[in-house]
Amino acid sequence: MINYILRRIIYAIPILIGVNIITFVLFFVVNTPDEMARMHLGQKHVTLEAIDKWKSERGYDKPVVWNTAADSMGKFTDTIFFNKSIRLFVFDFGQSDNGRDIGYDISQRMWPSLAITVPSLLLGLLAYISFALILAFFRATYIDIWGVVICVIMMSISSMFYIIGGQFVISKLLHLVPISGYDSGFEAIKFVALPVLVGLIGSIGSSTRWYRTIFLEEMHKDFVRTARAKGLSEKVVLFRHVLRNGLIPILTGVVVVLPMLFIGSLITESFFAIPGLGSYTINAIQSQDFSIVRSMVYLGSVLYIIGLILTDVSYTIADPRIRLE
Amino acid sequence: MTRITLYGILSTLIWMYGCSDEPWNNPYPYNQSRSNIYYDVFEERPKHLDPISAYSANEYVFLGQIYEPPLQYHFLKRPYELTLLTATKIPEVEYFDTDGNQLAADAPAEMVHRAIYRITIRPGILFQPHPAFAKDEAGNYRYHHLSKENIARVNTLADFQETGTRELTAEDYLYQIKRFAHPGVHSPVAGLQGKYILGLQELSEQLAEEHADNQHEDGYIDLREYDLEGVKILDRYTYEVILKEKYPQFIYWLSMPFFAPMPWEADRFYSQYGMKDKNIVLNWYPVGTGPYMLIENNPNRRMVLERNPNFRGETFPQTGEEEDVVNGFLRDAGQTMPFIDKAIYSLEVENIPAWNKFLQGYYDVSDIQSDSFDQAVQFNAQGGAELTEEMQAKNIRLLTAVTTSIFYMGFNMLDEVVGGDSEQARLLRRAISIVVDYDEYISIFANGRGMPAQGPLPPGIFGHMEGEAGTNHYVYQWQDGRTVRRSVKEARDLMVRAGYPNGRDSASGRALILYLDTPAAGPGTKALFDWYRKQFAKLGINLVIRATDYNRFQEKMIKGTAQIFVWGWNADYPDPENFMFLLYGPNAKATRNGENAANYQNPEFDQLFNQMKSMANGPERQVVLDEMIEIVRKDAPWIWGFHPVGFSLHHGWYSNAKPNLMSNNTLKYKRIDPDSRYEMRKKWNQPVLWPVLLLSVLLIISIIPAWFSYKRRERSAAL
Repeated sequence: MINYILRRIIYAIPILIGVNIITFVLFFVVNTPDEMARMHLGQKHVTLEAIDKWKSERGYDKPVVWNTAADSMGKFTDTIFFNKSIRLFVFDFGQSDNGRDIGYDISQRMWPSLAITVPSLLLGLLAYISFALILAFFRATYIDIWGVVICVIMMSISSMFYIIGGQFVISKLLHLVPISGYDSGFEAIKFVALPVLVGLIGSIGSSTRWYRTIFLEEMHKDFVRTARAKGLSEKVVLFRHVLRNGLIPILTGVVVVLPMLFIGSLITESFFAIPGLGSYTINAIQSQDFSIVRSMVYLGSVLYIIGLILTDVSYTIADPRIRLE
Repeated sequence: MTRITLYGILSTLIWMYGCSDEPWNNPYPYNQSRSNIYYDVFEERPKHLDPISAYSANEYVFLGQIYEPPLQYHFLKRPYELTLLTATKIPEVEYFDTDGNQLAADAPAEMVHRAIYRITIRPGILFQPHPAFAKDEAGNYRYHHLSKENIARVNTLADFQETGTRELTAEDYLYQIKRFAHPGVHSPVAGLQGKYILGLQELSEQLAEEHADNQHEDGYIDLREYDLEGVKILDRYTYEVILKEKYPQFIYWLSMPFFAPMPWEADRFYSQYGMKDKNIVLNWYPVGTGPYMLIENNPNRRMVLERNPNFRGETFPQTGEEEDVVNGFLRDAGQTMPFIDKAIYSLEVENIPAWNKFLQGYYDVSDIQSDSFDQAVQFNAQGGAELTEEMQAKNIRLLTAVTTSIFYMGFNMLDEVVGGDSEQARLLRRAISIVVDYDEYISIFANGRGMPAQGPLPPGIFGHMEGEAGTNHYVYQWQDGRTVRRSVKEARDLMVRAGYPNGRDSASGRALILYLDTPAAGPGTKALFDWYRKQFAKLGINLVIRATDYNRFQEKMIKGTAQIFVWGWNADYPDPENFMFLLYGPNAKATRNGENAANYQNPEFDQLFNQMKSMANGPERQVVLDEMIEIVRKDAPWIWGFHPVGFSLHHGWYSNAKPNLMSNNTLKYKRIDPDSRYEMRKKWNQPVLWPVLLLSVLLIISIIPAWFSYKRRERSAAL
């Protein structure tokens, strides 16, 4: 297995280089260093000298990808692309275009993101699996039919509606929790409750339907029939046989998103004023801070690759028949 | 351990919700409920908190309370008037000719070789407590020569245990002015100040040359070692600023943070290697003498200002406008400021949560966004704005003020069709000016929050005229005591005279197609674009809208390739020069990268501008301004657009809320009644539990049949 993981890590290197190149190209097709400078320097009295100085201080005065004025390797290394990208591979994110240490900001902002995403994931799993088991248990009854109809309706509604509706009902009408904001320690609970609830309700339709399908598939397998033939109670059949076997695809689906929990949610964090990495990324895109954007895209790619490797590993743990070669 | 943690969480929750009569939706810690704290929002992280670099309103919200330039604007008087802040008297300028002879105050600008402003500050003013001033027993600065290991151990400014202070002196003002020339600091107005302050440009070049590659070992440039010819220290509290020419607007700059004092100790402290990597920089942690100091700078969440314990105290103005007494704005006359202990600004990116929190009493003030305008404001039969019953029931107050700003539609004067000095182009621009109905625009797109502009000068700026005298007769007529927009027929007649009957070029017979460049984009702007097209279609002109992002738009403006565009300007200071220079030829954007976005050039106007800019306000200046306004109204390089009217709301417990659009240090005048706020918050935010209980009961009821069904199935045969 170690060989397999090492091989996957080596495979990840060209992927990460590719992601870096694509991010770089996309960003600089839309923005030139001059435009970035103007965005950062404001709108009044921006002189050409100020723009040149801003670019020079941040290394944006070099050629983008090929420096014809430099010697040998310098043609490639003395460029914006090389200087801005190479340090990422050792997780040195450097400074943002407005002078902040990106690594420090990420270390500070990942906790609020986790405060939302971890409870959302755990409570969500509990709720979705419970509902899916109920629907599977009452398959082809009015409970199942209406459950699926409600799930489809809930899937069809935009997540924005849940956010705004949740804020309106829970915070504005019922006055149960603050409408937005964040605080540290136990004070965070009252701010996290609503985004978690909204996230949970927003995904309940699609997740319940998916899990229900998995459980129904399991329920029609021979080992379930055998279990029932043995005279086991429905409860035992459901929890000991159906749930345990159905958890394999669920587990692998969950493991892949585990690393991504750090990245947070772009929309939720923005609406609930949660100072996490999702809002950090959105702000960076809006303010054209290339240093932060490339760091977050790179971090997202690395975490996604880690998620995929963990998924493969989790297969072997969940299903002993699978071996990683 | 897990059990202990669980009990801990449960106990906290019970304490938070069960044993307290606090509203559950209170976003602040409960121990703040009766505190004298002001709550407000910020939408965007301030980019700069270094007073030499900051130039945006969202930065001045904080800097204005921390840094103290010599002068400030009077809080109550209108038109805006400069008054004292740290200075002991308003500096009177002295002019000298090339031989050093003193000239009269009204000496012509071309005779003036030197203009000298002498500023004396009050003794006894102290800087806020700050580690940069901390000294050890031997009198050496404790934190000026930190080792890498020491710096590695700190993460925020609060990690420095000791602080100190010292008295403000004239040297601190000199140090800040020298920072305009610092090669490592960007100031948006350095070029402008270098043009006027004697020797600043030379110092800038000298520093750039000496420190291009050879900076001090830790990156610090001790500006005290360099002379600046244009600033002289006369004694501990007095300094002179020497200008190269007559520039009466300079006095307004003395009220802006650019000219606030900067202690060299702060520059030395923050310049140490490693500090930047820790984000401990002057741009992040200001050091001032003002009534407040920034104790928390977390722009991801909140910014917190707290009363500066070293603040000398300042008294509330004793005089104001006549109606200020009636409106209660002089109730605190003579009282020592500031009144508020702490100000917490929370990040709110979205409007809806911010608006709802204001209605719940968790913010003391609020702007009115378009989507909540109808909920807050209604217009009475006379057209006046008033609060809705819902707002009145909450004792919310409305304040309105015409801003010292202008939003206009400009013609690129370099364009072959709409630009230039030909009579044909001039008539075309005037015809378009008539049909682009900004009165309608204000009604549809600004909820009535605007005042149609008659020229470049907004109300509150010297030179602005009201009534018939202030009417742009090329676009409006004065009828029955009010302005009435000229008819479309008159505009069509102008089009015929311009050679475009029915929107067709009479020479070629082709339909006239014009292009509007705008950075606005997205589905929300469709109605606006349709409106623009409709206005031009009144003359048969086909308007093509080239929507783009702001970067591309700026590029077009700099290259001078846009044809028609929409732009705006917000006053730096309340002087007509700050608006008229937007039409001054040598400021053309395409050729000089200036602020004259229309690239308008009229020698007569330029000559009058040069005359006007160095005149004192008075009848003579008014005559010159009237001439200038008449020229640009006739040439019509802009469709004059409108001056936005600011609407703001505040709760009844918040007082001294008179709008002051030029001042940025108004927090010290504001007062809060925390007890009243506490009662109102409790009244408005009682938790409503019955829907939750009802939902729970319904859920249980719906489970009962399922439970019986489950039991029945349990009892039935397996197959």
